[in-house]
Amino acid sequence: MSTDSDSERTTIKVGEDSNENGIAKRWFRLVFRSIKAHPIPHIIGISAGNLFSLVVVGFTIVLGRVTDQVIIPGLDQGGVEGRTILGGFIAIVIVGLIRGFSVMLRRFFNFTAVEKTKQTWRLGIIDNLLDAPRAHYWSRSTGELLARVDTDVETATSVLMPLAFSVSVISLILVSLISLLIIHPLFFLVALLLFPILAVLQRLFVRAVEDPARRAQALIGEVSEIAHESLDGVMVVKTIGRQKQELDRLSESSQKLREERLKIGWQRAVFSPLLYHLPNLGILVLLMVGALLVDSGAATVGETVQSMALFMILTLPVQILGFMFQEMPRSVVAMDRIDEIFSIETVQYPKEGKVEKPVDIIFDKVGFSYPAENEDHVKQIVLENFSEKITEGESVALVGSTGSGKSTLVMLMSGLIEPTSGNITLGNANVSELGPDFVSDHIATVFQETFLFALSLRENLTLDKDIPDSDIYSALKVASAYDFVSKLPQGIETIIGERGVTLSGGQRQRIAIARALLRKPSALVLDDSTSAVDPKVEAEILQNIKTETNCSLLVIAHRLATIRLAQRVIFIDDGRVSASGSHDELLKIDDYANLVSAYEDVTL
Amino acid sequence: MTFLDGHDAVGKEFEAETQDLEGIEEVGALKILKRGLNASPELKAGVSLTALMALAVAGGKLLVPLTIKEVLDRGITTSGVNVSSVLFFSLIAMFLSIASMALGRATYYRLAKTAENVLMGLRVRTFEHLHKLSIADHVEARKGAYTARVTSDVETLTQFAQWGAIAWIINSIQILAVLVIMVVYSWHLSIVTLLVHAPLFPVLRWMQRRQLRAHDRVRSRVSDTLSVVSESIQGVDVVRSYGYRKKTRSKLHHAIGDQYKEQMVAQKYFSFVLPITDIIGVAAIASVVGAGVYWGPDWGVTSGELIAFVFLSNLLVMPISELGEVLTQTQTALAGWWKVLEVLDKEVEVKEPDQGMTLPDSPLDIKVEGVDFSYRTGGVVLDNVDIYIPAGISVAVVGETGSGKTTFAKLLTRLADPTSGRILINGEDLRKIDSNHRHRGIRMVPQDGFLFDTSVVENVRFGRNDAKRSEAEEAIDDLGLWSWVDQLPEGLETRVGERGEALSVGERQLVALARAQVADPGLLILDEATSAIDPETEQMLEATLERLAQGRTTVSIAHRISTAERSDLILVFDEGKIVEKGEHSHLVNSKGVYSKLYESWIGNTREV
Repeated sequence: MSTDSDSERTTIKVGEDSNENGIAKRWFRLVFRSIKAHPIPHIIGISAGNLFSLVVVGFTIVLGRVTDQVIIPGLDQGGVEGRTILGGFIAIVIVGLIRGFSVMLRRFFNFTAVEKTKQTWRLGIIDNLLDAPRAHYWSRSTGELLARVDTDVETATSVLMPLAFSVSVISLILVSLISLLIIHPLFFLVALLLFPILAVLQRLFVRAVEDPARRAQALIGEVSEIAHESLDGVMVVKTIGRQKQELDRLSESSQKLREERLKIGWQRAVFSPLLYHLPNLGILVLLMVGALLVDSGAATVGETVQSMALFMILTLPVQILGFMFQEMPRSVVAMDRIDEIFSIETVQYPKEGKVEKPVDIIFDKVGFSYPAENEDHVKQIVLENFSEKITEGESVALVGSTGSGKSTLVMLMSGLIEPTSGNITLGNANVSELGPDFVSDHIATVFQETFLFALSLRENLTLDKDIPDSDIYSALKVASAYDFVSKLPQGIETIIGERGVTLSGGQRQRIAIARALLRKPSALVLDDSTSAVDPKVEAEILQNIKTETNCSLLVIAHRLATIRLAQRVIFIDDGRVSASGSHDELLKIDDYANLVSAYEDVTL
Repeated sequence: MTFLDGHDAVGKEFEAETQDLEGIEEVGALKILKRGLNASPELKAGVSLTALMALAVAGGKLLVPLTIKEVLDRGITTSGVNVSSVLFFSLIAMFLSIASMALGRATYYRLAKTAENVLMGLRVRTFEHLHKLSIADHVEARKGAYTARVTSDVETLTQFAQWGAIAWIINSIQILAVLVIMVVYSWHLSIVTLLVHAPLFPVLRWMQRRQLRAHDRVRSRVSDTLSVVSESIQGVDVVRSYGYRKKTRSKLHHAIGDQYKEQMVAQKYFSFVLPITDIIGVAAIASVVGAGVYWGPDWGVTSGELIAFVFLSNLLVMPISELGEVLTQTQTALAGWWKVLEVLDKEVEVKEPDQGMTLPDSPLDIKVEGVDFSYRTGGVVLDNVDIYIPAGISVAVVGETGSGKTTFAKLLTRLADPTSGRILINGEDLRKIDSNHRHRGIRMVPQDGFLFDTSVVENVRFGRNDAKRSEAEEAIDDLGLWSWVDQLPEGLETRVGERGEALSVGERQLVALARAQVADPGLLILDEATSAIDPETEQMLEATLERLAQGRTTVSIAHRISTAERSDLILVFDEGKIVEKGEHSHLVNSKGVYSKLYESWIGNTREV
């Protein structure tokens, strides 16, 4: 069911092609949106980050003072008083405590801001998806939509994590440079030489790994695809004896992945010792300059120690800043994908709808076509000029070959999608104006693909409506599901799904039918809903529905017996009503006779 | 759909899966490491040289404090500055620093290379092992988990290898080296440093446990959210047309809210506990300074040593706090590693013979002698099955779901081995037949008609490993499938999509039959599709099947009454036993299981 996935993909590509300025701008917008949504934790986090910068520099000042006033006099100049030592001790501890405290504050509030942002965006995505037009789901796989809620939100917010720290790094560098300038211009000069080199190296590293990282990412995808396909089809691989070829296929991709990763490893091996040792070289230069300055009396030993400590502290933050730059492109692209969901024009559900008796369903020149995939394609017409009337209480079978538009008709009737031309009315009310909410009070549809939630059977049957147990049991009986349900360990309280009891296809279909019956609809629509049910049981269910309820029945079926049970058969061919009448009447039409005779042998 | 008809086994496997992470703490890091070393010979290659290099790199990091000490003690004294000695020490240090940089490059690359070799080896070996496991180990519920072993679990290890593992190697050596130098300078001050750091270890251990558990809870909240989201997407039609939208919205909001809350709990450790390392580091510096100045003269501590100590303390704090940060990553990596190792430890049940027997090109006969089959987890599926099937006949296997008929077919192709008893093909024990001969001579067409994501013709060629394109075309010709191929958008080159899903179920079966024709087997096993196939394709399938079956022994797991009617022999399975056998006309009147099945089958599907 992919209709316009191509056009979607192009919008994402626009994002990826943008230049670096564009990325910085979009990054800024992303950050701003997060701050706007949750200003308080962001502001506290960033303030704490700046406090951290001040304290870090303060710490080196204290260390320098302690060197000059406590260590040097204490050890080289004949000793100091105990009180002075205690003073030095307390000063270091206090500055240390403030530093630790600022780190805690920064981390806590920054993290809070990020998590709150994630929550806000996830809720936004979910709300939009819940109200998105039904057609929207055709262009995207479940996996793709899950990725929006999960990994895309994580990736988009990953630039927010180092935000407070990065801001503090910038102020840290400024404050450090100022404090170096105050100590001595020569120290300042060494720093002025060193830091731009570090920043450039960091940038070079990020650039150097960009390409191999992207290729490695693509190769991870390739390896996953191979592993997934190969293990998914393990049975076929075994029966045709392709184990060796499959192993070669995986080895080859793994080998390529290994090579790309080694390229990254090589760059890292080049840059990370450089980034580590350059500040060390800077410290050694400081030591030499410091010695000369101490010799001339222009600086003290303590001041030299303070400057060296500053250099040592500054190396790590510079690297962190680099990693934020590295994350930027990925994040803004993820944000674009999220925005795609935010920009969906949601469906407005009507607040009220009135359906008159008798609840006849009238199709008036209904047409439906899927939107064109792209300019080269013509739009795909599914239904054209379809007119029919199903009167209340009537039982009708819908017959037609695959792709003749039967299931589309079902979706249109339930108000999930709207006809591109013509009207469907339900008891004199337009289905498009009623919307699925009000249609569901009158028409209950059992869709072709049975869907049960991983909840208890009861919840699956009631779907949040207040229904007495007696009604549930009688619906189960009509759907011939009572027997197997009562044999389940917890009866209708049994949880189904991955962790619970697994039901067979036929059992699931019967539960779905019971669920529809519980709505007490005026019309029941069964879209091939008994395909996995034993023919005998199927006949039983249809008979029950006829005798126990008085609703109209519209069935799409592939079994002759089912078709024969209907009062009237509508034969659809190529999106139009080709003929309508009793089964025996229609048998005179060759196309119809051929089609239904082919159904004959197809059975479970 | 389950591959062997056993739901209980699936349930148990699933439970085992969820318990994996909790079990990890009892397994212990050392045990995992030991098992991991054995599983990856790449890890051991040149390990001593690597360790030596890492030691030298860690040594390089100590250059600065060492030089500071020498300069302060010998170059800058109370009597003045000895400039030449300061320059001498500094320049030597610079030279060594540059040397260490070069050595660092070699070491990091060596570490990266080892890591990548290990990961690739582990991935490929695990994948190979998974393919060797019998089909009984590949139950539907484990498929995702197995794929995860060779993808996300190995990726977790990769992330660990790129940061955590290197951090562990370099940092632990660095910590050791720093401690050695500290002791050389002043063992008094070393004791002071160690005493201040001592409370850190229980704190980190405590935090690590809490954090691990918190992360576990976060992970399960995340998967809760994802399953609610995927339900709401897949069940969109039910959600909308059954007025279930409001409730769905509130479920989703709750799930996302719970995930947020759990994240906030987990982050407490990250926010509040880790900075303690930093605070303790500063406390250590303060204590060293205090104690050093107060008792220094008695302990013989120089000012250079004391200042060097301050810098050394910093070199001690940094690796410790980095290790604190990688603890969680380490735990996850160990858990992932263990899961991979567990797969490797799973015994391969279907062992291929070294020197296998061959099979002739003619139709093959089958002799099944006292065959039992049950799962590792218990549950008897086949119970003492005995049957002889002569060469060249067609056999239909019928029975209800869970009767063992599918398992019977799977044993014939050696997708699993019988628990006891044996199967003779052409008079040879199936277990002694060479795998290449088996793959060519005995061919099963599974009902889901899985195809690889490539072209139609490639998929047909996969029928035999050395098949040429012309042979694939020949097979299509033999089966009379050109009329179908020609109406495909790109004929033979049409891509079939993931799992073959661009084609209908029936069309996939057609490709699978052509694939079997390429192999030209002497024994053909067919698992008929149960799902609805459109009538046109259905007719084509039947004709194709008939052509394919000519001149071979065929065993069909029948879901269609016509298949059973047509066959030379019908085997009726019930509760793991063959309860009836014979021809249709004979069985249908015997008032046994078959006649009952026939009745329900024929029910009212046919005009009487």
